[in-house]
Amino acid sequence: MKAGHIIRIALIALLLALVLRPDWFVPVFAPLAPVGGPVIYERASLLSLSLSHLGIVAVASLAATLIAVTLAILVTRPAGAAFRPLSRTITNMGQTFPPVAVLALAVPILGFGTGPTLVALFLYGLLPIFENAMTGLSTLPSATMEAARGIGLNRWQRLVRVELPLALPVILTGIRLSVVIALGTATIGSTVAARTLGEVIIAGLLTNNTAYVVQGGLIVGLFAALIFDAMVQLEARLATRMGR
Amino acid sequence: MKRIGAQLSPPGLLFAVTGLALLQAPFLSLAPNRIALGEGVTLWRLTDGAATASCVLAILAGFALGLLRSRPALRLAGAVLGLIGLLGLVVISAPALLEGAGEYARVSPAAGFWGLLVVMTLLLADSLTQFRPRPLTRALLLALGLGAVAIFLRSDGISQLSVMQEYAARSDAFMTATRRHLALAFGSLGAAAVIGFPLGILCHRKVRLRGAVLPVLSFLQTIPSLAMFGIMIPILGWVAANVPGASEAGIAGIGFTPAFFALLLYSLLPVVSNTVAGLASTPAAAREAARGMGMTTGQRLMRVELPLGLPVLLAGLRIVLVQNIGLAVIAGLIGGGGYGSFVFQGLNQTATDLILLGALPTVLLALVSAVVMDILVDLARPNSEKSP
Repeated sequence: MKAGHIIRIALIALLLALVLRPDWFVPVFAPLAPVGGPVIYERASLLSLSLSHLGIVAVASLAATLIAVTLAILVTRPAGAAFRPLSRTITNMGQTFPPVAVLALAVPILGFGTGPTLVALFLYGLLPIFENAMTGLSTLPSATMEAARGIGLNRWQRLVRVELPLALPVILTGIRLSVVIALGTATIGSTVAARTLGEVIIAGLLTNNTAYVVQGGLIVGLFAALIFDAMVQLEARLATRMGR
Repeated sequence: MKRIGAQLSPPGLLFAVTGLALLQAPFLSLAPNRIALGEGVTLWRLTDGAATASCVLAILAGFALGLLRSRPALRLAGAVLGLIGLLGLVVISAPALLEGAGEYARVSPAAGFWGLLVVMTLLLADSLTQFRPRPLTRALLLALGLGAVAIFLRSDGISQLSVMQEYAARSDAFMTATRRHLALAFGSLGAAAVIGFPLGILCHRKVRLRGAVLPVLSFLQTIPSLAMFGIMIPILGWVAANVPGASEAGIAGIGFTPAFFALLLYSLLPVVSNTVAGLASTPAAAREAARGMGMTTGQRLMRVELPLGLPVLLAGLRIVLVQNIGLAVIAGLIGGGGYGSFVFQGLNQTATDLILLGALPTVLLALVSAVVMDILVDLARPNSEKSP
């Protein structure tokens, strides 16, 4: 546990240094850059790219969470039962669509820029959250549900005070899957002119500048790993609280 | 009145309402050339003869039949009828629209067509799930569906569509890209199976190894694909330059190799973790019985644990295959070939149909692989023919 904490703090420090003080890394990346070429990406500040990247992911994931959880609640009510097989089909089929293809297919409809990236991230992000929320809400222990009914809670109270809190860890797992996919897909979003950290990697690939590629890759990879880890910690904490 | 309402299928009602709305959207789009933005043409402007009118009627009849809750056979027939009408309309009206529109004019399916196609496919899937088809029936249905797609793609009218013209202009490159895409997806799947199954078996036996391997593999899985592909380039470039015999073995910093290794790294987690889960799922009673019969550890693995865990192991391969078919698109960015090269060329040239030429086969390939792997997973299950 202790070693995990030290690694975590070291990685956060490394990430902050890479984003805020890229100049410190000139000696590290210089051997990777072409001779006489630039070492550190300077066309845009890494901080603003990071913020824009995280912002796109946050907005898309938040919207996806709201819609997906609402849909899952509707489908798990008695009135929505007829839609359950259909929604299962849609999530199964939808998740076989590659995220890159969803992004590419959004461009002809929405044009270039941040818009298609947001929409693609949102659409793709719905599926894992919806699937997990549906599983979480439909596999509650029946004894608990009986007890909730027995103490006189109405439908709304049962949903808000019993069902959603119990399903929360499973829903969070869905959100985590969705956020990790969104971070990766947003990187590719820079090929359709969205302002994300993918810009640095693409610039490196186009000019054969490995220093850019490693720089962008490290920053995106560290963000993804740290966010993934933070959400796992949150889930574990919630799960132990539930188990108590 | 209430009785009629009770017999309507709620999803069918949703399909019908969405479908009617989509019938008002632009069905095809006509552009003066391959780069220019197209102008939408609605269904009603295309309907001018008996042939097109009957296609529209088939679509409407399909949605109407889809409403019947307790008659899955009629719903299925409706979905098939609707799909035939939808595709027939494109085949008939695309050449008609191009007539007199100029030498470089291009016709593409527009939002209305794609929307109707999705809704009809969902109606088809929804009515099929009512039948709960067995694995072999699903295989037959898949073959029928693919046959229909092949016939549709070979029809005369469809060759007038802009995507098909992009295809005709580079059919050789398309075949090369297909081979490369399949080689990337299946090659890395095979390599992941060769490495992942033994690693999974080891992890199953040694708890400490499992504690070390699985977190590393799930960390690899979180690395965004573009970063992973990018970082593979310098690493493999270094290997090719510094490890004797590596470059002779075909390892290089650009092209196929970095894409292959990136996909392999992503594939390991599902294979290893599903192997561990599959082996752990052996019922304790079966394990005890095997031990009681005097089987050695190796015999228990081969005769009891692996056969019983096979569905879970195959489910891991399904995840990998679908994931790799999608991720292999990124290879197009680092010169690795595959359908991704069309997608990214299309994005660079803002040529929508070139994007579609790369994205549509990828989606189709992923869908077909998912269905085939699901069938295999069900077949591997004991008593698969008895359970629904």
